[in-house]
Amino acid sequence: MMESLAAVRPDDWNLPLLLHVLGAMTLVGALVLATASLAATWRRGSHVLTRLGFRALLWAAIPAWIATRVGAEWVADEEMIPSDDPPSWVDVGYQVSDPGLLLLVVATILTGIGARRTARDTGSAVGLDRVATVLLAISLVTYLVAVWAMTTKPD
Amino acid sequence: MTETLLFLHVLAAFFIVAGVVVYSAFVLGGPVNRLARTTGEVLWGVGGLGTLVLGIWLALDIDGYEIWDGWIIAAILLWVLATGAGSQVSRSVQPRDDDSAVALPTAVVAAHWARTLLVIALLVVMIYKPGA
Repeated sequence: MMESLAAVRPDDWNLPLLLHVLGAMTLVGALVLATASLAATWRRGSHVLTRLGFRALLWAAIPAWIATRVGAEWVADEEMIPSDDPPSWVDVGYQVSDPGLLLLVVATILTGIGARRTARDTGSAVGLDRVATVLLAISLVTYLVAVWAMTTKPD
Repeated sequence: MTETLLFLHVLAAFFIVAGVVVYSAFVLGGPVNRLARTTGEVLWGVGGLGTLVLGIWLALDIDGYEIWDGWIIAAILLWVLATGAGSQVSRSVQPRDDDSAVALPTAVVAAHWARTLLVIALLVVMIYKPGA
């Protein structure tokens, strides 16, 4: 294991890996930003924070998810990882990212509705923000598992 | 042991980038909320310390890596520069009770984007390992 960790990858793998890792880090950062902003609205509600959460998801998290996934497919192709029978650590990535997109889209829609509602002063967004916060917190925990799987590569 | 160190090192790097993303929102005119700002600070601080300590530990632990390797020295230098730029930004961005945006001096905005580029460069060095 020591030797494999110390091994230098073929140069062809570096760019897709950079895209994958930078995308994943930005995704997690955007989810953290949205989660913290929306959690801050729980007590008294805040249009600006709901809007920040929505924008963090729409403008940063969704593009970052796409970059992460494109990078993952690209690097898997370079490494010639079989798509029909991938190693378990790659499988964990798929099991986390696909439902993660669903949670992300739902949270984006909820916060978008909330931001629109508060902007037009037609109601509160606190309930929507709370649901979105929980969904994003679940996402963050699953991405933690994915980071563990990607770095330790368990059999 | 090495796998755990590597996981924690990469996790710390995720924290650093997350801290940069949070601060990017503030610099771009987003509301500076106390919870979000504290979260960004903790991520940046824990991530910064974690990457450095665990990175040096890994360099000592893994056969084939040495602390004086050029790419490791370059990474440490980038880390120092990014930390310096980050501390200037941290001092300048303070939360508002009404969650309003903060008008930041140009120098602080420049320091933030310099930090962002330095962190990306750090990631490039970590992945490409030039000279290894």
